[in-house]
Amino acid sequence: MPEPLAWQIATVTGVRPESAEVKSFTLALPAWRPHRAGQHYDVRLTAEDGYQAQRSYSIGSPPSQTGEVEVTIERIPDGEVSPYFHDVLRVGDQVEVRGPIGGYFVWEPALGGPLLLVAGGSGVVPLMAMLRERSAAGDDTPTALLYSSRTLDDVIYREEIDALAVAKDGVGAFQTLTRSQPPDWTGYARRIDREMLSEVLASIGPQPLAYICGPTLLVEAAANGLVELGVPPARVRTERFGPTT
Amino acid sequence: MDDPLMLDANAVAGDLAEMFGFDVSGSVHRCTNCGNQGAVATLLAYVHGPGTVLRCCICHEIVMRWVRTPTRIYLDARGAAYMEMGLS
Ligand SMILES: Cc1cc2nc3c(=O)[nH]c(=O)nc-3n(C[C@H](O)[C@H](O)[C@H](O)COP(=O)(O)OP(=O)(O)OC[C@H]3O[C@@H](n4cnc5c(N)ncnc54)[C@H](O)[C@@H]3O)c2cc1C
Ligand SMILES: [Zn+2]
Repeated sequence: MPEPLAWQIATVTGVRPESAEVKSFTLALPAWRPHRAGQHYDVRLTAEDGYQAQRSYSIGSPPSQTGEVEVTIERIPDGEVSPYFHDVLRVGDQVEVRGPIGGYFVWEPALGGPLLLVAGGSGVVPLMAMLRERSAAGDDTPTALLYSSRTLDDVIYREEIDALAVAKDGVGAFQTLTRSQPPDWTGYARRIDREMLSEVLASIGPQPLAYICGPTLLVEAAANGLVELGVPPARVRTERFGPTT
Repeated sequence: MDDPLMLDANAVAGDLAEMFGFDVSGSVHRCTNCGNQGAVATLLAYVHGPGTVLRCCICHEIVMRWVRTPTRIYLDARGAAYMEMGLS
């Protein structure tokens, strides 16, 4: 049985912008433990008067990156914790975390596929950990990523996702931009719906192992859509991020 | 069930690990009300009230709920008929 989860003090060793409102933070951990792709860390901020705010952030980095984890956080303007990361935390600063957490919304090559990954906004983070794990392991599970963003500037990990689309190693990348699209845009231009899901499914087969992550209402719509299309509910795993993003 | 604040129980797996001593999000539970069996992570989590409430994803009845004080957690798990946890 694994040892209980303890809070530990992480040190910020890197900050990298990913898109207009999103940054990645590298956290060095004194008690680093290998994680499974899809897991998250809990972050806890404590004010001087003892008030605490706790949030979860998915691990974007693959388990092969030892001693540290990378979290990718969207800045929610009126939020408590995400603006603290964006506006206050600097390289060298410390923050309290515990993890890795989660034994269900995880994927590793042994779980097989075909793998269907559906993301909205920062929901792409744990799915990217799965894609990175897949390629680090040299795995060839047929995989499709359907990723919804508001605008092209909001797309997280854009270069890496574009590279997936041309790598021809069995990953198909489908994107939709819901708010505005550049003139030469060839992807989808609407919210994820059943027709879109069925087109993506057609690229990998009707009985995928599906992971859906992002804003709660998007996850809800995509999960219902897949079940209506005949995907067994037991093969649809969800990670709702809440109202934001 | 179109509540934008609703999460999956996976989101509170850290708090559950505090109570059970290890991660139970992948463990199997059975709903006392409807008999549905599934991973604890498939429960729906409501975390914006004074306590945390986990509801069955099929019948929506309360399976577990808890409140915490600075020094204690009070857990009501009568909505879970049983739980099955791996030991390795
Ligand atoms: C398992 C998991 C993994 C996650 N991973 C990531 C990740 O990788 N990257 C990422 O960016 N985010 C992730 N999230 C979301 C993250 O945990 C936070 O919810 C998010 O960063 C917002 O936190 P905040 O403190 O900045 O905002 P909050 O202070 O929580 O507020 C956010 C917004 O929601 C609204 N809101 C909050 N509570 C209520 C309420 N009760 N009623 C009405 N409106 C409300 C607020 O008005 C505000 O607009 C994850 C969530 C979960 C559950
Ligand atoms: Zn039930």
